[in-house]
Amino acid sequence: MATVNIKIEGVSYQVEEGLTILEAAKKCGYEIPSLCAFNHGECSNGSCRVCLVEVAGARGLVASCVYPVNEGMEIRISTPQASEARRASVELLLSNHNQNCQQCDKNGQCELLHVASVTGAREGRYQGVKTPVTLDELTPSIVRDTSKCILCGRCVQRCQNAHGMGILGFENRGFKTIVAPAENRSMKDSPCILCGQCVSVCPTGALMEKSEIAKVDAAMKAGKHVVVQTAPAVRAALGEEFGMPVGTAVTGKMVAALKRLGFDKVYDTNFAADLTIMEEGTELLGRIKNGGVLPMITSCSPGWINYAEYNYGDLLPHLSSCKSPHQMQGAIIKSYYAKKNGIDPKDIFVVSIMPCTAKKDEKEREQMQVDGIKDVDAVLTTRELARMIKRAGILFTRLPDEEFDQDLMGDYTGAGVIFGVTGGVMEAALRTVYFVLTGKEHDAIKFEAVRGFDGIREASLDINGTTVNVAIAHGMKNAKVLLDDIRAGKSKYHFIEIMGCPGGCIAGGGQPIVRSCFLPNEADDIMDTYKEKRANALYSEDERLTLRQSHNNPQIKQLYDEFLGEPNSHKAHELLHTTYSARVGFND
Amino acid sequence: MAHISDAGVTKICEICDRYANEKTPLMMILSDIQNEYGYIPLDVQQIVSEKTGISVAEIYGVVTFYSFFSLEPKGKYVIGCCMGTACYVKGAQLVMDKFSEILGIAPGETTADGMFTIDALRCIGACGIAPAVTINGKVYPKLSVDQVPGIVAEYKALGGGN
Repeated sequence: MATVNIKIEGVSYQVEEGLTILEAAKKCGYEIPSLCAFNHGECSNGSCRVCLVEVAGARGLVASCVYPVNEGMEIRISTPQASEARRASVELLLSNHNQNCQQCDKNGQCELLHVASVTGAREGRYQGVKTPVTLDELTPSIVRDTSKCILCGRCVQRCQNAHGMGILGFENRGFKTIVAPAENRSMKDSPCILCGQCVSVCPTGALMEKSEIAKVDAAMKAGKHVVVQTAPAVRAALGEEFGMPVGTAVTGKMVAALKRLGFDKVYDTNFAADLTIMEEGTELLGRIKNGGVLPMITSCSPGWINYAEYNYGDLLPHLSSCKSPHQMQGAIIKSYYAKKNGIDPKDIFVVSIMPCTAKKDEKEREQMQVDGIKDVDAVLTTRELARMIKRAGILFTRLPDEEFDQDLMGDYTGAGVIFGVTGGVMEAALRTVYFVLTGKEHDAIKFEAVRGFDGIREASLDINGTTVNVAIAHGMKNAKVLLDDIRAGKSKYHFIEIMGCPGGCIAGGGQPIVRSCFLPNEADDIMDTYKEKRANALYSEDERLTLRQSHNNPQIKQLYDEFLGEPNSHKAHELLHTTYSARVGFND
Repeated sequence: MAHISDAGVTKICEICDRYANEKTPLMMILSDIQNEYGYIPLDVQQIVSEKTGISVAEIYGVVTFYSFFSLEPKGKYVIGCCMGTACYVKGAQLVMDKFSEILGIAPGETTADGMFTIDALRCIGACGIAPAVTINGKVYPKLSVDQVPGIVAEYKALGGGN
């Protein structure tokens, strides 16, 4: 590793060549206030001018997020000139910003407020005209409010990097510039997949999930029987909202909090993840045996489903017909559970806590109701759950560990837990497929080949004489490669797992925001390691559990015995399976 | 793509193919389409996006950034009034206002009969002959307000439009 010698505030340091001043300073113990820059230059347009510093010999102040270090460079951060310039940059941004911070859900995690605080931007020194505002609340998932946009371009870049799509772009010119889908359309009228990756990088409240806390409040107030379920990935990240180290699994505390928030029943979506494996595994084996459409592709991720419907309408028969786990669980709660407990399904209100913004939209799909009753009534993101917990004054870190409700849907296996990370659904499916084909459990239980974070991974397994070729992709940019192969008739796989968000649900668009500036106790490289840490929280829970294969879940067996019959039965199809239809991206 | 004829789609694809080997072909493609059709609506941008892999939002951004590109059809005769500094101090605003007054449209608009569009341009680099106006590429130097009615009449006599 080539290094260069630099000085910061007169002190000598040796740092890696090629770093920006911002990155080098971080390694030397300085957090230069910055706003538009994101991790490893994912977005470094140098546009916000908040990270200005003095460099000896340079003409004027330089933007440290784009300026590389070089040999002998002398950097000063704290001079009055640099401090004043950074403050002025923030004040100029604030002058064109909707300053209703107290009504903004981003309050407390807003990077603009953070840099305003550290640079000392206090009074509104600059007053003037503001850019015309667009407020797009038409999708059930994401709210776009340009009055809070600082034009950093992180969302534009993220959509391209993660999905190769670029739904959002800069449009118009000068003071009228906004970030928007083409024609400043609603995201609803564009081929946006509603994954929320843009939300997870937005420094302000310009892109936020559409909150459904009020719906949950209303249901409780109306005396509904409110049942909550939590996705596997939520437990791996919720603790971050309460200052716990990234990667802390908080399953027990999360359950304790939900019980204190007044939910009548607290279940784990993992139960339905196990159910998904039974249905999807059976579907896969059926397709292999009967010459059905292959490769079969997983259907748990609603972001991915949206992408498929917009861009690969011709490949929809490849998708598993299984609903996503939380929809399955909702359908079971409103049928089996309702019957068992003698409750009218109309009086049940199902809330899903999800790491996802696309799930909010998914639950509104026409295909996601049975006899006019929606499977799921409200979807809250992990962040919204944290807000509810804070609102109730619950000191999360002091909660005891409690257990999910155990009746009917209380059991879950390690296979369900790992659904939350890329490759997890595949591994869970393989554990069961292996058992079905060989009549015994796989010795190692784990299928290491499908783990990791490479964009596309593949494995070929010989199971009792049957060769099963599988592949995994996360982020639509990677998925596209596999899909184009299928379209061209070149795909050699039997089964493909696709997740909308890079990393899978642990890094979903509804998960807690990860930013170095808000995580002073984490290592410098937390932006690079947080996905792995969250994934490990799930893999550790899997290791700890005695039941690690979906088919060994006793309550799943009971559900089939008492209610569904067998996997892919008529009843199962009615409740647990769905349909897809091709859609036009830019509808008129 | 319901709004574009098959021939139109073929033509746009052909324009895209002209620059298949360019590293950054977008400006050239859009220029050719603008010249060929006089405007670049979203349907056309979608075709360009499919051909080039550049997102529709990015293409739309470029189209709305440069005043040379238009989202709406332009008139048969496009009156480009230079509003650069030199032309402006030499009375370009008065000249443009006169065109607006006679044609009954604001800058950026097109007459109902599809004959004329008035565009306010950034400096066109003809400061020596300020104030300058271009009509479909023909340059009118050192224009005074009095000359405007005559020029309009001249083009009206040529006919055309819807």
